[in-house]
Amino acid sequence: MAPPVPEPDPAQSQPYLAVRDLTVRFDTEDGVVRAVNGVSFSVRPGRTLCVVGESGSGKSVASLAILGLHNPRRTRLSGQILVGGRDVVGLDEKQIRTMRGRSMAMIFQDPLSALHPYYTVGRQIVEAYRVHHPSAGKAEARRHAVAMLGRVGIPQPDRRFDRYPHEFSGGMRQRVMIAMALVNHPDLLIADEPTTALDVTVQAQILDLLADLQSEFNTAIVLITHDLGVVSQVAHDVLVMYGGRAVEQGTVEQVLRRPQHPYTWGLLASVPTLRGDPDADLTPISGSPPSMINLPAGCAFHPRCRYAGETEGRSTTEIPLLRPAGEPDHLVACHLSDADRARLREHEVTPTEVA
Amino acid sequence: MLRFLTRRLLSAVLVLFAVSVLSFLMFFALPRDPVTAMCPKNCNPARLERVRQELGLSDPLYQQYVGYMKGIFVGRDLSSALGGHCDAPCLGYSYVNSEPVTRTITRVLPVTLSIVLPAAVLWLALGVGLGMISALRRGTLLDRLAIGFSLAGASLQLYFVGAVLLLVFCYTLHVVPVPHYTSIWSNPLDWADGLVLPWVTLAFLFSAIYARLSRAQMLETLSEDFVRTARAKGLSKSTVYGRHALRAAITPIVTIAGMDVGAALGGTVVTETTFGLQGLGRTVWDAVREGDLPTLMATVLIAAVFVVVANILVDVLYAFIDPRVRLR
Ligand SMILES: Nc1ncnc2c1ncn2[C@@H]1O[C@H](COP(=O)(O)OP(=O)(O)OP(=O)(O)O)[C@@H](O)[C@H]1O
Ligand SMILES: [Mg+2]
Repeated sequence: MAPPVPEPDPAQSQPYLAVRDLTVRFDTEDGVVRAVNGVSFSVRPGRTLCVVGESGSGKSVASLAILGLHNPRRTRLSGQILVGGRDVVGLDEKQIRTMRGRSMAMIFQDPLSALHPYYTVGRQIVEAYRVHHPSAGKAEARRHAVAMLGRVGIPQPDRRFDRYPHEFSGGMRQRVMIAMALVNHPDLLIADEPTTALDVTVQAQILDLLADLQSEFNTAIVLITHDLGVVSQVAHDVLVMYGGRAVEQGTVEQVLRRPQHPYTWGLLASVPTLRGDPDADLTPISGSPPSMINLPAGCAFHPRCRYAGETEGRSTTEIPLLRPAGEPDHLVACHLSDADRARLREHEVTPTEVA
Repeated sequence: MLRFLTRRLLSAVLVLFAVSVLSFLMFFALPRDPVTAMCPKNCNPARLERVRQELGLSDPLYQQYVGYMKGIFVGRDLSSALGGHCDAPCLGYSYVNSEPVTRTITRVLPVTLSIVLPAAVLWLALGVGLGMISALRRGTLLDRLAIGFSLAGASLQLYFVGAVLLLVFCYTLHVVPVPHYTSIWSNPLDWADGLVLPWVTLAFLFSAIYARLSRAQMLETLSEDFVRTARAKGLSKSTVYGRHALRAAITPIVTIAGMDVGAALGGTVVTETTFGLQGLGRTVWDAVREGDLPTLMATVLIAAVFVVVANILVDVLYAFIDPRVRLR
């Protein structure tokens, strides 16, 4: 997952996951929650896409939509989600079920509540293996599960197999989750803030582990995170979300070093630096995230944007579309002109601080 | 596990000891003379004195208590007028019923057990089943019907439901006989036939409560992260619901069911009265009305034993279901 990759010609490898114009809405008593609004992205095998954005920006909703885990009765989905070339939007439960855990697997944020408290970790992994290998015997499934537990760095996996989740530490539990997600060698792994609950050392170990497993199985990874430090460590590509929309996307180089969107600038400016001046001020983005029921008109970010006044009023009336930001594959949704952004960025962030 | 059981049994013994001492004190140390309290209406002084003698009521209180407890564990000798030796478990002699209390209890306890245990199986199966189905079919017609059913059950009174069922099925349609008790060992069919109305009544009322409880539990469990994980693994719906959600949702229900059954075994006064069955509940009721202290004392102890045993069973069961609970 480290950025310099020995890469097959990107033009030739097809994306394993291609999301096109994904929209997710929930009908609730308070109104329609527009959680995801026309987001597109793709991930190729062996690559990692990091999705960043504040709390409530629709990151989890988008990833759950890929696995089809929303309650279909209260959720309206549109757009296309191609997983291995197959569109999973509108696929019925039976069909999508055969893909879950095998074509695409998911790691959840809090491994304690995401594992069943009443079953041993071994049993839970075996269960995940056997749904997709119905002919596998108990002994064979156990062998696979133990091997996987060992592979994710759990000491004495044979004995830990029979332990319950509450008998593991947070980091070990997350390894169990990873083992469970990877036991069928899925082509796509979605990790929703897999390290947020862990301390920094353990977090680094888990990220290394994911990188190892990725290069072993050539997995496409979507990693959701709040932490730009994590992004700089593991991402190949970055998607920045705000108010359920993609506001900027590109390679990790482009987004972290040459960010184009004022919101991305804000995110970067609020990251503590490791190398820079320890006394330098952290500037959190002022204001609070928008309501997903009543999104601000025009650019959803305009109430918090310092440059909203420099768009001749368009920021409050017109939703900015994603458009090329100068370099290939680098997209930004902002009304400011390229020249304006280039000028303003100088004052906003020193991007090398993070990357 | 063994250590847990020993500890729980010890504390159970302590609780029962405390209950026995307290109830003994209450019944026998009241300012009211227990003999008068026990004596049927026409009591002349001579008879009173004889009763006092026969019951050893002039002995110091602790001696009476020891005598009573000894009777329970090893038996004791009562005066010859009361039948002489009384085998363990001897619970004393009731002047009101003119027989040893143990004999009354062995007669009425099977009645209560026969009412409560099958009814409990029914109400749990029905209640939990209904609750689960309506949680899984949330918002559908079925769910609304189930909610209506639980509301009806929760707002109706036992004697009312019992009376209506009696009137309709027994006295009008004649599909069931008048409720009565036959021993299951002598005639199982007649046993079931005679008790089916109380079972249905109890099951209806209790399953209403359990349906609501299980529905709420199941809905809560379905929103848990581990259920989402189970779905993300690609498990079938039945596995997700059956193996993952149900198991977690059922845990608190086990606790409440244990308590309910334990308490019901101590006597179902209203049920027994409604259907004219002479079980433990009716016996308690009669004993209260007639001031039959030895019988009352015995029923209090028995009810306490049921509750304590139900508690231990629930704890053990809980530990089997939830590995995080340690039996220590
Ligand atoms: N099932 C649902 N019904 C209604 N609204 C929902 C549902 N799930 C999510 N939302 C709403 O959708 C919005 C996006 O939520 P989402 O969980 O994707 O945020 P997120 O970006 O993952 O945030 P965080 O970083 O806190 O995890 C939120 O406003 C949330 O309240
Ligand atoms: Mg989230």
